[in-house]
Amino acid sequence: MSERERDDHTGTETTGHEWDGIKELDTPLPRWWLWTWYGSILVAIVYWVLMPAWPGITGYTRGVLGQSDRAEVAQELKGLAAQRHAGESRLRAATLQQIEADPELQGYAMQVGASVFGDNCATCHGAGGAGGNGYPNLRDDIWLWGGSLDAIQHTIQVGVRSGHPQARGETVMPAFGRDQMLTEVQVSDLTEYVVALSGRKANAAAVGRARQTFVDQCVACHGAAGTGDVARGVPDLTDAEWLFGSTREAIHDQIWNGRNGVMPTWEARFSPETVKALAVYVHANAGGVAEPVAPAKAPGGEGVAAGAAGR
Amino acid sequence: MTTVIDTVSKTPPPEGPGPQSAAEKVRQQARDKGELYKPRVPIYPKLVHGKWRRIKWALLILTLTIYYVTPWIRWERPGALPDQAVLVDFFGRRFYFFGIQLWPQEIYFVTGLLVMAALALFLVTALFGRLWCGYACPQTVWTDLYIYVERAFEGDRNARMRLAAAPWSFDKLWRKGGKHAVWLAVAFGTGGAWIFYFRDAPTLLGEFWTGRAPITSYISCALLTATTYVFAGHMREQVCTYMCPWPRIQGAMLDDHSLQVTYRRDRGETRGPHKKGQTWEGRGDCIDCHACVVACPMGIDIRDGPQLECINCGLCIDACDEIMDRVGRPRDLIAYDTDFAVVERAAGRTPSYKFVRARTIYYTVALAGVSALVVWGLANRTPLDLHALRDRSPTFVRLHDGSVRNGYTLKIANRTFAPHTVEVTIIGVPGARLSTPGEAAGAPVRTTIAANEVRALRVFVTAPPMDAAASVPATFTIRARDTAATTETTFLTGVETPP
Repeated sequence: MSERERDDHTGTETTGHEWDGIKELDTPLPRWWLWTWYGSILVAIVYWVLMPAWPGITGYTRGVLGQSDRAEVAQELKGLAAQRHAGESRLRAATLQQIEADPELQGYAMQVGASVFGDNCATCHGAGGAGGNGYPNLRDDIWLWGGSLDAIQHTIQVGVRSGHPQARGETVMPAFGRDQMLTEVQVSDLTEYVVALSGRKANAAAVGRARQTFVDQCVACHGAAGTGDVARGVPDLTDAEWLFGSTREAIHDQIWNGRNGVMPTWEARFSPETVKALAVYVHANAGGVAEPVAPAKAPGGEGVAAGAAGR
Repeated sequence: MTTVIDTVSKTPPPEGPGPQSAAEKVRQQARDKGELYKPRVPIYPKLVHGKWRRIKWALLILTLTIYYVTPWIRWERPGALPDQAVLVDFFGRRFYFFGIQLWPQEIYFVTGLLVMAALALFLVTALFGRLWCGYACPQTVWTDLYIYVERAFEGDRNARMRLAAAPWSFDKLWRKGGKHAVWLAVAFGTGGAWIFYFRDAPTLLGEFWTGRAPITSYISCALLTATTYVFAGHMREQVCTYMCPWPRIQGAMLDDHSLQVTYRRDRGETRGPHKKGQTWEGRGDCIDCHACVVACPMGIDIRDGPQLECINCGLCIDACDEIMDRVGRPRDLIAYDTDFAVVERAAGRTPSYKFVRARTIYYTVALAGVSALVVWGLANRTPLDLHALRDRSPTFVRLHDGSVRNGYTLKIANRTFAPHTVEVTIIGVPGARLSTPGEAAGAPVRTTIAANEVRALRVFVTAPPMDAAASVPATFTIRARDTAATTETTFLTGVETPP
């Protein structure tokens, strides 16, 4: 320690440190500063007595106030459950249409729906519901299984090819190429035919060759005009939406391999109120109109309409 | 430009009898024994009479009246809106100031007001020194009030010093006790008045005494009671010298031409006692009576020159004037004066005063600019406010006929006290049709926003396939009967741009 030195001007001692002739004054702190410090110590001691503070070997000092974050969380969860109970009973009592018409109840359903969708549906359909290759886009106006509130609710309940006894999707797209039902040339020609159906430019010769194949193999489900059948989940081949991709390669691949989408049944996992809320959420996000696509095009084949009963 | 007046080193501390300034006593103590912590030397400012003291009383009454009365001023507003003229409504998220109503997102007006206040403070400081510290600062005003109470119970300076030194007796007990009781009452009144700014005053008054007020009201009241009592009663000048940053900053605003409370050395020196009948030739006017020192609430000797502690309250001017009158010398030995003038007079020249200086000009320009901006902003506030939030997931949706739909959430704020029905339109997207969920595209989109509310409105914009860039700019407009608002946004066309 260097020698203590007193500064003449202020009468204060210096710290004894010197930098290029500049010395630091050891100015004393004001006394109230000291009292503030003592005060803080006192507050700490009071805190130890009142609140959980010191860890021990088998536990910790609990404090006389009995404060516990864990108990608070449990209490809050209980309160939340009670709050939800009120909303759930209202959802149970109302029809889907009533829910949508009541702004307050609709708002509640949207919140429940958004949360459930994010946890369960977003994995395949995407966070915003825009889908992806093989997973339907839930935001547009094209619905394989119907876009009305009731149709959406039913699809969520039973799923698609899910093993549920009432599951949607008894019709399947055959793997025409893989199962050697058609030759490579026939599949290629059919691809051109389907491209032409959607209004795009296609090889006219190939389209001509495929006409009979289409009537033989495809019309039974997709209809003579290729407009599909919502009742059986048969896609419309004439619109702008392609579940498995719109390119020639993608269409060829789909005819060759015949992929069929699967969606689980959610009946066992969600309460009926949750399914309702989810249906309202999905419906609203897609535009919220009663029947998304007006059947502008006349149904294709005669045989198609005949088998369209039931779900 | 800068003249350093280092009078401390030139003038040795006065020897012999006469009261020392508190600051000098602290220095003395430090010289005697080096201590780790410095005890406060109590200051017993003596009551003075005069012009500045009268101004200080007047400002004390004025500022305290504003503080206590403001929350009780009523201002009729329609419906269930609060009828309090000045109200910071945290629950309703509004700030009411007479006819002005600010929303949280308009906090920049408050920022503007604070910038204006800061610039005004700079300008006033550059011109007239620390007027704020001496006359308007709450610390000064409440300390003055507390000293007034102290004087009422314990008497003036000498009586207070005697009482402090006296042993405990009934007389000392009731005087000290009474003082602290009144101090606490004033402190409670201060904290109590504060909370009325944040909740309807008459309602809160009832709630407060029946234990039904929000816990924050009690906590705020208790905190302000404690700080008022401690700061104005016990800390006093230490708040200014140790806690407040302003004394350190003000040096940047002051220059040689700023008016400050100044001891006119040129006239006062050489100081010394003066007996009646003696000549005034060959000596200064200062008779070294220490009237200025004992009057100082900061415990300094103004004759040591400008000091960090000095709050420019002018009480030493009044004290000195009284003495000058008595000894038959002209007033204003201590006065609001500039460093420049003192130096000029000492050199035998007549000083000039420069109020228009580069510093004061640019403070004025900045102040005028910011004020104009705030006033312009307030005058041009739109009663309706519109913001469009694009859907991000998905950014667009292709419909069965190939058309493209974008989703938006419109946030419409109605800042008026009456409901507004608006019609929403969009321009910029060729062939675009607007719709709300559940409604067919093409019908006019109308909605009603309740008074003083924000409404979120989901809208879809559907456009036929187009040959355009991947995104086109678009403008939403809302139109009410007598007002409108617009906001810019983007429409994604779904066209894939080549990489």
